Amino acid sequence: MRMMPPEFMVKISDSCIKCKRCINECSFGALRFENDRVVADHDKCAACHRCTAFCPAHAITVEKFPAIFKDNYLWSQDVLKSLWKQSESGAKILTGAGNDKPYPVFWDKMLLDACQVTNPSIDPLREPMELRTYLGKKPDKLEFWQDKKGDIKLTTVMEPQIKLETPIIFAGMSYGAVSLNVQLILAGAARELGTIMNTGEGGLPQELSEYKDHIVVQCASGRFGINLSYLNSCAAIEIKIGQGAKPGIGGHLPGEKVTEEISRTRRIPSGTDAISPAPHHDIYSIEDLRQLIYALKEATRYKKPVGVKIAAVHNVAAIASGVVRAGADMITIDGFRGGTGAAPQVIRDHVGIPIELALARVDEQLRREGIRHMASIIASGGIRQSADVLKAIALGADAVAIGTAALVSMGCHLCQKCHTGLCAWGIATQKPELIKRLNVEEGIKRLVNMIKAWNLEIKEILGALGVNSIESLRGSRERLRGVDMDEVYLDVLGIKPAGR
Amino acid sequence: MKIDAKGLNYRELNERIHDAVSNGVEEIDLVNVLGQRYIGTGLDREVTLNIYGTPGSDLGAFMDGPIINVFGSGQDDIGNTMNGGSIIIHGDAGNVAGLSMRTGKIFIKGSVGYRAGIHMKAYQDQCPVMVVGGRAGDFLGEYMAGGKLILLGIFKKEKDPVAGRYIATGMHGGVIYVRGGVNKNQVGKDVAVEEVDNEEKAEIKSEVEEFCRHFGITRIDDIMASPFVKLLPKSSRPYGKLYAY
Repeated sequence: MRMMPPEFMVKISDSCIKCKRCINECSFGALRFENDRVVADHDKCAACHRCTAFCPAHAITVEKFPAIFKDNYLWSQDVLKSLWKQSESGAKILTGAGNDKPYPVFWDKMLLDACQVTNPSIDPLREPMELRTYLGKKPDKLEFWQDKKGDIKLTTVMEPQIKLETPIIFAGMSYGAVSLNVQLILAGAARELGTIMNTGEGGLPQELSEYKDHIVVQCASGRFGINLSYLNSCAAIEIKIGQGAKPGIGGHLPGEKVTEEISRTRRIPSGTDAISPAPHHDIYSIEDLRQLIYALKEATRYKKPVGVKIAAVHNVAAIASGVVRAGADMITIDGFRGGTGAAPQVIRDHVGIPIELALARVDEQLRREGIRHMASIIASGGIRQSADVLKAIALGADAVAIGTAALVSMGCHLCQKCHTGLCAWGIATQKPELIKRLNVEEGIKRLVNMIKAWNLEIKEILGALGVNSIESLRGSRERLRGVDMDEVYLDVLGIKPAGR
Repeated sequence: MKIDAKGLNYRELNERIHDAVSNGVEEIDLVNVLGQRYIGTGLDREVTLNIYGTPGSDLGAFMDGPIINVFGSGQDDIGNTMNGGSIIIHGDAGNVAGLSMRTGKIFIKGSVGYRAGIHMKAYQDQCPVMVVGGRAGDFLGEYMAGGKLILLGIFKKEKDPVAGRYIATGMHGGVIYVRGGVNKNQVGKDVAVEEVDNEEKAEIKSEVEEFCRHFGITRIDDIMASPFVKLLPKSSRPYGKLYAY
C-alpha cells in the first residue's frame, strides 16, 4: 500500500533538446526516455542536482513536491514519512551526511571582535600573517643549555609534532564510505596545502602511499587493514572511539559495498559485512585507552603522535581530561552535526551535543587541570566556513577538521544519500562508472582553492583583530561575543554577551 | 642472548629488545619478566623471544613475524591485532586474547578469559589460528570474521563447561571447533552448530599436533578421540536486514 508522496518533483520544460544526457547522469534511475520525451520518476529523485547541472538546455528544474498535508507542527511530514517507511520495512531507517534538524547553530550566535582607534588593526596584504600550527604534546617547560661559544641550545626532548601550514585539516572519511578518488583528492590537496588528511577506518589504499607524510591513519574498533606498514605509513595515528554523527555505535559497511579493492584495503573477504563493533573490545576504561595509546607508540617506536577521536557527548569535558591523561597527543572532538557515510537516522538526529559547547568546555576543563598543553585539540562536526574556523580557534581549538565542506568543494550537493552508494557526483560510491565522474586533478584544484580562500579570510580577520598569528587568537574568548543566547549558554561558552 | 627484566620498566625493556633485534640477534631469553607490557609489540622480524615469568598486557600486539614462548601465564590482549608469527603460552591467558588477529598462531596450554578470538579476520591465504587447551570465558569468538579457533577443554575440571555464555555472538566468518560439543543455549543466535567431517577432523588434528608438540603432550589420539563440533555463521551478513534505505 502506497502512503508516501514523493519528496521532490522533476520538471522538464519544452526547451529539452532530447539529448538524454540527464538520463545517463541520474544514478538514482529517476529519469527515462519514453514516447520521445524525458520522463521523471519523482519518487526516485534525490535532489542531487546532477541532471540540472549537466542539462545543456537548462530544461530541468527540481522542486519540492507540493505539500498535500494539513499543516501540523508536531506531526511533520518527515515524521510521517519515517513512520510509513518503518511500517513497510520493519527496519531502522538508515541515512547519510549530517544532522539536518533545526537545532541551534552556536557559530551563528557568536560574533568576532575588531580593532578601532585604540589598538591598530594589521593589513594582511602588507604584513606577514602566521597560520602555522603544530599538533602534538607540548612540554611542561623548556630547558636550554649554553655551550662554550655562547650558543643556546634546546635540551628538552620534544615529543613528535605535526607541522601544518593552516589550522584546517581533513576529517576521517574511510575508503568504503567515500570513493578512492575522494581520498586521492584529500591527500593531494593536503600535500599541496601543507596539511593532513585522515584515512578513516577503512585501511590505507596503496594508491595513497606516496602521500604518507600528509596522512593520519585510524585505528578503530574494526581494526581494518591495520598492520605495521600501515601504522608506519603516516604522519600520525588516531584511535577512533566515536564519531559525532553516530556517538556510541559502531560502523557497518554492508557487504555489497565491500568490492575487491575495498576488500584488499580492509583485508577482509569481498562481499562480507565490515563490522566495527561499538566499543573497542580492548578498551573498557581510561586505563585501557592508555594501554592502546602506548601499544601504538611502542609499535611505532614513539615516532608518531597518537590522537584520540571522541564524539561530543554530555560529559565530554571529563572524558577529554581522561583521554589527555591517558597519553593522547591530540584529541579530536566531533560534534553532533558531523557527517557520516551511513548512520541510523535516530542516532544521527538525536544523539550528541553541539561542537561549540563541547569545545568550550573541554578547553576550559583542560586549562583548569593544568593539562591543556599535553594535547592539541581538534574541533570538528559542522565546520562550514572560515568564520567557523576562527570562532573554534577563539574557543580553544588548535585546529579544525572538515569533512562535509571538503566534499562540497568536490561537488557534494548534500542530498544525504551517501548510504545508498549511488552518489551521482562520484563521492560516496564504489561504482566505477560513478567514481570516474570525480576528476582527481580538478578536485585537488578546487579543494586547494577553497582552503586558500579560507586562509585569506582567516588572515583578513586576524588583521582586523590586530594580531598577526593564529596562535594569538587561540583560546582568546575575549574576542568573541554572544548574541541571542541566554546566560547559561554564555557561561558554558565562556563568552560575554554583545554590548558588554 | 639473555636480558634480565628485573626492575626494568616496559619502555626500557622493549628498547633493549628492539636494539638487540636490529643488531641481528635471533633469539632472546627474557628472564624475571614481571608484568612488563608490549613485549614483542611492533616487532617485524622472525626472532624468537623466550619469556620466563609473567609478561604484561598487549604481548605481541601488532607484531609480524616473531615466535614468542611464554613459560608462565600471560595477561590481557595477547596478540592484539597481530599480523604474523606465533605466541605460545605455557600457562593461562587473560581476557581478549587474539583480538582482531589476522595471521599467525596463538597456542594457549591452559584457559583463556573473556572474549578470546574476538573479531579475528582472514583474507585470502592469511588465516589466523588460535588453539586453547583449557576452557574459555564468555563471548568466545564474538564478531568473528575469519580464521580458526579450536577449543580443546582438556585442562579443566570435569564439571566446568568448556566455554562461557554468548559464544560467537555476531559471528560472520571463520570457524570455531569445540571438542566435546557445546550447549546450544550458550551459542549466539546467528550461529549454526554442526558435525565435523573427516577432512576437517584431519585439519584440526594437524593444529592439535602442533599444540601438543609445543607443550610436550603425547596423548594426541586420546584428544582426537572425542567428537568435535564446529560453529559457523548462518550468514556472512548477520545485520543485513536491520536497515531501511
